[in-house]
Amino acid sequence: MTTGTGMSDAGNDPGSAAHGAAHGAVTGAASGPGTAGPSEPGPAAEPERWSGVERALLRMRRVVLLSTLLPLAAVTAGVLWPTAGPVWAAFALLPCAFAAWGWGALERNWRSWRYSERADDLLITRGVLWRELTVVPYGRMQLVEVTSGPLERRYGLARVQLHTAAATTDAEIPGLVPDEAERLRDRLTELGGARSAGL
Amino acid sequence: MSEVRGAEDGADPAAGQAGSGIGPGTDIGKETSRNTGQEKSKDSGEGPPPPGRSEGKRLHPVTPWRRAWAPVAGLVAFSVHDFERTREWFTHLTPGWLAAAFAVLLPVAAAYGFFSWWFTSYLVTDTDLRIRTGLVFRRTAHIRLDRVQAIDVGRPLLARVAGVAKLKLDVVGTEAKDELAFLGEREAVALRAELLARAAGIAPDAAPEAGEAPARELLRVGTRTLVTGLLLMGTGWGALLMMLVVPTLVYFASDSALGAVAALVPALGGVWASTGGRFLKEYDWTVAESPDGLRLDHGLLDREHATVPPGRVQSVRITEPLLWRSRGWVRVELEIAGAGKDKGGVLIPVAPRGEAAAVLARVLPGVDLAAAAGTTAPVPRRARWCVPLLWRGYGHGATDSVFVTRSGLVSRRVTLVPHAKVQSVRFVQGPWERRMRLADVAVDHGANGWTAARLRDADEARALVHAQAERSRTGRREARPERWMTGGAAQTPQAQTQTPHAHDPQAQTPHAHDPHAHAPQAGAPLDGEPGAPASATDEGRSAEG
Repeated sequence: MTTGTGMSDAGNDPGSAAHGAAHGAVTGAASGPGTAGPSEPGPAAEPERWSGVERALLRMRRVVLLSTLLPLAAVTAGVLWPTAGPVWAAFALLPCAFAAWGWGALERNWRSWRYSERADDLLITRGVLWRELTVVPYGRMQLVEVTSGPLERRYGLARVQLHTAAATTDAEIPGLVPDEAERLRDRLTELGGARSAGL
Repeated sequence: MSEVRGAEDGADPAAGQAGSGIGPGTDIGKETSRNTGQEKSKDSGEGPPPPGRSEGKRLHPVTPWRRAWAPVAGLVAFSVHDFERTREWFTHLTPGWLAAAFAVLLPVAAAYGFFSWWFTSYLVTDTDLRIRTGLVFRRTAHIRLDRVQAIDVGRPLLARVAGVAKLKLDVVGTEAKDELAFLGEREAVALRAELLARAAGIAPDAAPEAGEAPARELLRVGTRTLVTGLLLMGTGWGALLMMLVVPTLVYFASDSALGAVAALVPALGGVWASTGGRFLKEYDWTVAESPDGLRLDHGLLDREHATVPPGRVQSVRITEPLLWRSRGWVRVELEIAGAGKDKGGVLIPVAPRGEAAAVLARVLPGVDLAAAAGTTAPVPRRARWCVPLLWRGYGHGATDSVFVTRSGLVSRRVTLVPHAKVQSVRFVQGPWERRMRLADVAVDHGANGWTAARLRDADEARALVHAQAERSRTGRREARPERWMTGGAAQTPQAQTQTPHAHDPQAQTPHAHDPHAHAPQAGAPLDGEPGAPASATDEGRSAEG
């Protein structure tokens, strides 16, 4: 999997990820880092059902992006045009270009966030350039948190955060519908309790 | 010593009464009344509480004097700092003033020391250790014995002269260490033994008599070996070189001797830390085995005594500096859950590989160091485009019980993480690594640390993440209990590896029983068929055990 496929991969699986985002199962999961390796022992037959995160998260992030960069561009242009001349005012295009790039990058990033609940562990994958797949066994969860900031609430979103005894675990799923977040929390705590293990 | 202790014990009931007398005035409240209640019941003789254990005990009488050096040191520092003024003061000081000052200051200081000692007491109950301190603001710390990770006996130099020691307690979930300073040496050892025995689950009645659990010496690092090892270590020479080079450069650059000296001081510190300091700290390093863990005794001036509970070990790092390799020497370090950065650290400062492996077999039973190191496979050749020179040092492997990573060329490090201690597994891939079809597999363990198998082939890494998740899932089921004493008294490695199958009900409860009991019910309805195979194998395992 090269950088190129990273992009094209983002180009072809969104169809399913985007539309079936709510509880949408990206069945098959033929692409992406989560694909079960051929050499996986034991329950290799267990199908991995990958769920994406809400499209509202993408909307929210894009709004944040534009609402910071466009005013910045406007201010830059407004200050530089009268003081330094129109050539210098071209600097205002910089935030615009960044916003244009960010528009697409955010979508790729949004699409890369997926999670899968397996029988014994939770898989979370994220990242386009820096890819990361985290496997957290249910028995290791010390604490499951559902948080929702003011902006997230405005878009009807919540995030689930998992804590294990290792601070580096850093597993969270942003951009879930509150109901789904609560369902996930309840299920994770239930499974965590059933499969708990010591340190 | 015993005379003093006798006197203390005799004085205790009176102390209790004095405490209750002061109680209403200050805010002791419940604590005092309960304590006096206990004392009364003891005095009236109902019930057979173990003698001398059911009431608060005092610290060693030398304690009031432990802070006495501080004002003296302050005075000395001041007089050195501002010599003229000090001399001026002394000329103004008439014997009358001096006598007056002493007449006021000395009793005040003595009274403070006395009262702070008087109002500090500790009490061991069935479930916790209570430490009461404070003259005006009373504080009672209840330390739950089942949360105690380790108890260390520390003997600083001056304390050794006075024949006392302090007890440091490591408790889960608290950053600060509670300590009892100071106790009589014998008392400290006895108390430590009692607390550990209670924490390990021995019946409270039997605890005082259980005494110091017998220890068997496994390894002793000779002074010659230690010195040779330190001399052959690169860091000391590197620091020495820095010490010579940096001040010279600073001198030539700035032309000021002061600057050179200023640069010299931290460099000196570095040299000392990696040579003399290490020598003092690691002198006469002894590893012994006891039912409550591995005992580490070390130090020339400050004699330290630590206990490492093997169940808490999250990862083991074996380091081989370049110059040690021809001699086959290794250094072994541990990471322990709940221990701070300063603790847990070194298991063996320097030892021949074979001896280190023997000790390691106690910490990680069933792990053969040579076999584990032998499983490491080198990384693909194309990794040289990611990490130019050091790529040869990276390697990864796994045995039935540990995740193994290797790194470093000059100083070779092998890190072992037991599958049972893995908290989560991560697949990490940066853009450049993806171009090279490489990826890292990181494993997080419970001591807030992680280790990574770096630069694996991407497909292999992906398979590895899943395989590792699977391994650590089953590894947890077979994990040993964290308490040695209830887990099985026999300490042979064979016995330890068999313990999980023996299914000692008490010891296994937190690890094996719950998953077995609940997994099928919890798994089946939610997952449908997919969960079933895994659960079924679990059932099979437990039935077999």
